[in-house]
Amino acid sequence: MSILVNEETRLLVQGLGKVGQFYSDLMIEYGTRIVAGTRPGKGGTEYAGIPIFNDAHEARAEVDFNASVVFVPAAAAAAAVREGAEAGAKVIVAITEGIPALDMVRVKTELRERFPDVTVIGPNCPGIISPEACKIGIMPGYIHKRGPVGIISRSGTLTYEGVHQCTVRGIGQSTCIGIGGDPVVGMTFKDLLPLFEQDPETQGVIMIGEIGGSAEEEAAAYIRDSFRKPVVAFVAGKNAPPGKRMGHAGAIIAGGKGTAAEKVRALEEAGVTVVENPAEMGAAMQALL
Amino acid sequence: MKVHEYQAKKIFHAFGIPVPRGIVTQSAEEAQGAARELGGELFAVKAQVHAGGRGKGGGVKLAKSVDEVRTAAEAMIGKPLVTHQTGPEGVIVRTVLVEQGCPFERQFYVGIVLDRAAEAPVVMVSQEGGVEIEKVAREKPAAIVKRHFDPRRGLADAAAAELAEQLGLSGAQAVQAGMIMQALARIYLERDCSLIEINPLVLSKQGEVVAIDAKINLDDNALFRHEELQAMRDRSEEDPREAEAADYGFSYVSLDGDIGCMVNGAGLAMATNDIITHAGGSPANFLDVGGAADPERVTNAFKLLLGDPRVKTVLVNIFGGIVKCDVIANGIVAALQSVPLTVPMVVRLEGTNVDDGRRILRESGHPLIEADDFADAARKAVAAARGELQPTKGGAA
Repeated sequence: MSILVNEETRLLVQGLGKVGQFYSDLMIEYGTRIVAGTRPGKGGTEYAGIPIFNDAHEARAEVDFNASVVFVPAAAAAAAVREGAEAGAKVIVAITEGIPALDMVRVKTELRERFPDVTVIGPNCPGIISPEACKIGIMPGYIHKRGPVGIISRSGTLTYEGVHQCTVRGIGQSTCIGIGGDPVVGMTFKDLLPLFEQDPETQGVIMIGEIGGSAEEEAAAYIRDSFRKPVVAFVAGKNAPPGKRMGHAGAIIAGGKGTAAEKVRALEEAGVTVVENPAEMGAAMQALL
Repeated sequence: MKVHEYQAKKIFHAFGIPVPRGIVTQSAEEAQGAARELGGELFAVKAQVHAGGRGKGGGVKLAKSVDEVRTAAEAMIGKPLVTHQTGPEGVIVRTVLVEQGCPFERQFYVGIVLDRAAEAPVVMVSQEGGVEIEKVAREKPAAIVKRHFDPRRGLADAAAAELAEQLGLSGAQAVQAGMIMQALARIYLERDCSLIEINPLVLSKQGEVVAIDAKINLDDNALFRHEELQAMRDRSEEDPREAEAADYGFSYVSLDGDIGCMVNGAGLAMATNDIITHAGGSPANFLDVGGAADPERVTNAFKLLLGDPRVKTVLVNIFGGIVKCDVIANGIVAALQSVPLTVPMVVRLEGTNVDDGRRILRESGHPLIEADDFADAARKAVAAARGELQPTKGGAA
């Protein structure tokens, strides 16, 4: 088992341009079933046997897909998420970095009203992978191994670090999700934890948070009340100065809120094992399984 | 991106928010001339710097005559202004805004930010204006009234009226305050702000509602669609290394330590700074070079780090995912041809083709210190910065 994506996932690639093609090759190599792509003005052509349409609605008319991945450039990416939902994708993974915050706020407001059953992952994220079944995104597939640990992270390469630490210890993963580094993202920790709670394959979860916002505190409240599996967490940015954006648009301590210390305290009070050293995520998980 | 008060007030004015008449000046003479032109018996002389806390730092002065304006401007222009946001060295004041003074009865706070948890913009108002709003939030949270609004529709009439009432205003003054809040919401939405604030908004002795301060922060991700706002960027306010890094397309933040860091990915870069601190060291910077660590980017990153006189050691931490480690290693070797290595450099590579990558570095002949993993990299960087670890030719430290 796994969450959200698996062998049955039929993927639409929105924005099958140069970047989209590069990552589509790697997704196909991993075993992901890509059934269609979109690229404005290129409808009717194909790439590597994938039929290309001008937009997601045209794709829907001819192909059955249940998930989409968005590589569309930042200026049009939020609109592409909406289009994917309108065309029937139930899981939408937005990889694109640099989307204006208010664009995502507008689209999420609309999705909540019109498509409450659509799951958005990202934007500004590496994507989602259920090892040895389905990879949607830009993460290196080979570092993953199928197994009992769920991983949720606001970061990209730091997620790979956590995955790698597990895999070298022989601990595989059920599903790994990069939720994205922007101020407003789709699924967050508290939305994904219930899915891992329900998933019989998942025996423990690693949460990789960072400064800014309150997603970690909200997750802590849920874990304290309702999550029964062991959780290991790391919160990046302990030494970040206030008011400075640490790369990710969402990683900023503003008005004295969103510090690592507050997040660590909330998680520890919820019974989570918080590691201070990011090199110890895998070992801490191993000790709890 | 931040803009200056006078730039924010120009935007306010264009959206119909009343602001005092003012003139931007760059010398004491100009300031004196501005005061003469504005006329009246009371003036405000305000240093134009991005840092907050100007009032307490002496960057805002009231003057009762043209001569007093000159004296106040003279004391600011060309001199460092120190506030709780600038650090002890302060920032040099280059521009001063001279305004007609606006005696007031009461002061309020009005601001709009994105409420990340609610995923909606929120208007915040308070009768406790003119003081640090973070302090009010801490000590008297009930004194701040909040109201979310739909980003597709803006701030509705009824909501604006209710917020104006919360400020204790009625009649024409409440109508005026409500219109100001709606205009503020329009600026926030149409100009892609991350924060917009009036502190204080005042009720003047003449009974007018006036924005005597103005603060606008913009969403960097949305600047591409606002050319008029891009032109408001003031590079002299930016840390020179942060400005150089921005030109290279890097995310870079200057810190206080002596270990220069080059990392791919923001989360890993933050975690690298954390692990250095955990190992007893101190990072000189946060630097995310992005996913594609090609020779050009690596060369630019090395220039940036090695050009920083505080840097005693460089730590390169790359998790090569899609970009393979051998490609990254070749990039590092190519960069070292043009940027000579003046301090020890610790390199930690992990990911696709890691063995090839490490072999390329070892065979390059550059005196690099090779690290086995994340924790080992931090330990070695800290030791090298203390002079306790020297690279050996061929990188077999």
